[in-house]
Amino acid sequence: MGETQSSATFRVWRGDATGGGFCDYRTAVAPGMVVLDAIHQIQAEQANDLAVRWNCKAGKCGSCSAEVAGKPRLMCMTRLSELALEAPVTVEPMRAFPLVKDLVTDVSWNFRAKRTITPFTPRRPDAPDGTWRMQQADVDRVQEFRKCIECFLCQDVCHVLREHHLEEQFIGPRHFVYTAALEMHPLDVADRVPALKRSNGIGFCNITKCCTKVCPESITITDNAIIPLKERVVDEFYDPVGRLVKLFSRRQRP
Amino acid sequence: MADVETIAHDVLVIGAGGAGLRAAIAAAGRGVSVGMVCKSLLGKAHTVMAEGGIAAALGNVDDRDSWKVHFADTMRGGQYLNNWRMAELHAKEAPDRVRELEAWGALFDRTRDGRILQRNFGGHKYPRLAHVGDRTGLEMIRTLQDHGIHAGIDVHMECTVITLLKDGDRVAGALVYDRERGRFHVFRAKAVVLATGGIGRAYRITSNSWEYTGDGHALAYRAGAVLQDMEFVQFHPTGMVWPPSVRGILVTEGVRGEGGVLKNRDGRRFMFDDVPENYRNQTATDPDEGWRYTQGDKSARRPPELLTRDHVARCIVREVREGRGSPHGGVYLDIAWIRERLPNAADHIRKKLPSMYHQFKQLADIDITREPMEVGPTTHYIMGGIRVDGDSQMSTVPGLFAAGECAAGLHGANRLGGNSLSDLLVFGKRAGDHAADFASQHGAVTVDPCAVDAAARWALEPFARTDGEGPFAIQHALQETMQDLVGIVRREEEMQRALVALGALQARAARVAVDGNREYNPGWHTALDLHNLLTVAEAITRSAIDRRESRGGHFRDDHPAKDPAAGGYNTVVRRGPDGAMQLAREAIPPVPAELRAVLTEMG
Ligand code: SF4
Ligand code: SF4
Ligand code: FES
Repeated sequence: MGETQSSATFRVWRGDATGGGFCDYRTAVAPGMVVLDAIHQIQAEQANDLAVRWNCKAGKCGSCSAEVAGKPRLMCMTRLSELALEAPVTVEPMRAFPLVKDLVTDVSWNFRAKRTITPFTPRRPDAPDGTWRMQQADVDRVQEFRKCIECFLCQDVCHVLREHHLEEQFIGPRHFVYTAALEMHPLDVADRVPALKRSNGIGFCNITKCCTKVCPESITITDNAIIPLKERVVDEFYDPVGRLVKLFSRRQRP
Repeated sequence: MADVETIAHDVLVIGAGGAGLRAAIAAAGRGVSVGMVCKSLLGKAHTVMAEGGIAAALGNVDDRDSWKVHFADTMRGGQYLNNWRMAELHAKEAPDRVRELEAWGALFDRTRDGRILQRNFGGHKYPRLAHVGDRTGLEMIRTLQDHGIHAGIDVHMECTVITLLKDGDRVAGALVYDRERGRFHVFRAKAVVLATGGIGRAYRITSNSWEYTGDGHALAYRAGAVLQDMEFVQFHPTGMVWPPSVRGILVTEGVRGEGGVLKNRDGRRFMFDDVPENYRNQTATDPDEGWRYTQGDKSARRPPELLTRDHVARCIVREVREGRGSPHGGVYLDIAWIRERLPNAADHIRKKLPSMYHQFKQLADIDITREPMEVGPTTHYIMGGIRVDGDSQMSTVPGLFAAGECAAGLHGANRLGGNSLSDLLVFGKRAGDHAADFASQHGAVTVDPCAVDAAARWALEPFARTDGEGPFAIQHALQETMQDLVGIVRREEEMQRALVALGALQARAARVAVDGNREYNPGWHTALDLHNLLTVAEAITRSAIDRRESRGGHFRDDHPAKDPAAGGYNTVVRRGPDGAMQLAREAIPPVPAELRAVLTEMG
């Protein structure tokens, strides 16, 4: 095996909440490999206890989020051929969340934040058999948001969380996407707008679009979810009459 | 053990995929306290991978569909080894379970008149699969998750069960470790629902995630429950084979449905060489007819690439074994060739198969509109599992329930695509309901501290060994053994060799050693999972040796024909008093007259 051609160095963060640092591992690389393969190979051959989270290895579960060469990525969808392998490739945990160990972070706040959002609340069924009628076009409008795989990479890059740690006042881009999916759901009748303004802190978002750039599902988080939600907030709080009319017509829909 | 905390629930659900979530929601709905432990984070379970859809006879697209047709299709697919009561309940209840998902916020694709759209799928007589593009599994799990978090369920994420605990004959809970700290927790419960999924990780090439190590199967077996039909493993014919990192990931049947053809190294469409006698008059005789079928010509017959999954998988294996495979040990699946037939083929492919286009582009650097894909069979699903009562889903151990892939019965010898997601919903709900009722009707349980102590000590032993072998090499050897000797095409002599090899691996696993400490240590987790993998591997091998015929997912090169006499029993295994695995054949109870009538009526 030609040593220089077929191996690369990975500078992997090792440590836990009490501290840690980067460790260099040299490992063989083969065509087609992704970063998660390299990490697994290092784990199997050199560091059995290297902690990493993953499930599907196909970009569908959102478990393997990390920062690769400084960028928030899914490790299973980042091919080595896209990276400069001459120098060590850094692989580190998402920095916005508390560290558990090595590449694994404590993302449980996201699950708690989601629970604070008013769940799906459908209008009364349209048909006597308890079912609804919806048009494909109305369904299509929200499908973009429902593609979310909850990788939390958008939460990781959002400065409101990453730098300012306003977790208690701000639910983050992932949950704006979730709220948008509910608010624009053809059957939903709940009103999440007051909460968006108050406890969910949508005002903290200053539309930097960093979240949109990292989303592996290419969800246009800022333009399609956050900005329309901000508009609803403006309508409701600064144009109460208009909002009432809208609300009324929404509840009347067949 | 003083340092083990105890958490008490009425019902403990183990697993948080579709079946586990649905069971937990059902149990919580009956007012009992429910705990759910899951091996990963909530919403990451393997259910997210399902693409095709949920089979339910809603009759929205073709009103000739009914539970009777669905029942007959399922029994035919399972070659009549199914638990007919489960097949009946599944067909009758799946439509309500799908409508309920919609009431909880799921958004399925629609018909023109605004109802749930249904699509065609192999083995289903009418369009029957409710779906959302090609991400139905994600839609289903997210809907259950988002509903479940408001249902009052105590969720314990990233926790793995070491052993079930018993109080006399009854199940009494489980000993669990959490990944984050490696601490032990006792969950005391009056009823336990297993919903742990499958066993794919027993094979080298699989579409399954790392969690699929047969935990529920092995836990139940060790607690005294009976496993059945373990010889029936479904190998999907087309998984990716290259690059190595993605080996096993599914390539949807849709590629072949759109006109994709299978070719060997020499460019030959080998599927035309071996069309089974009983399919001959339904199969195209030349490439042109096959192409016309894929383009919707009702007078044409289907191309041989669309024969049953098990047959296609075996043909691919034959090509590779006889030296006509592709460079990386598969065959070619070519959709790019359709440019000979269609003017703007590339756009057409990208539109019809967006996720496949993306998958190959991103992971294999292959543009499927220009080059063929390399594909080969991948371990996909196990039909066998924990033997349960068809109505309640209770296993042979009182208070221990099972649902979803880890339970046996619904699918018999082979599962139809789309019947898996509906299985999770129908029997997840039933297991949850019945577990809650069982908990309400039965008194408290006590947990034996000695059993907890012994299991905890066993789990920590790998840390104490200084001269043992690491877990990854043993797991790898196990996967090679099963892949090579108990795979798609089976022979007595090879499987006997596998049994010997498994014995040796058991000895190696008993001496496995791990480094590091208890906090989030994948080496340790793999070491513990090994025991479950070895148990299911042995059960699969012994059951496969005993069934000397070919049926559904089980193909014996040395017994290639179906044996009518073998259609009357299920293979079961249980743990004998001496700890050795015992195998038996149990007669399938006769199908009652009214269901027999349905089968006759539906042909
Ligand atoms: S656009 Fe808003 S939510 Fe997204 S990263 Fe920027 S501040 Fe955060
Ligand atoms: S919105 Fe995109 S980046 Fe954010 S969690 Fe969902 S998939 Fe990940
Ligand atoms: S492992 Fe599932 S997204 Fe990477």
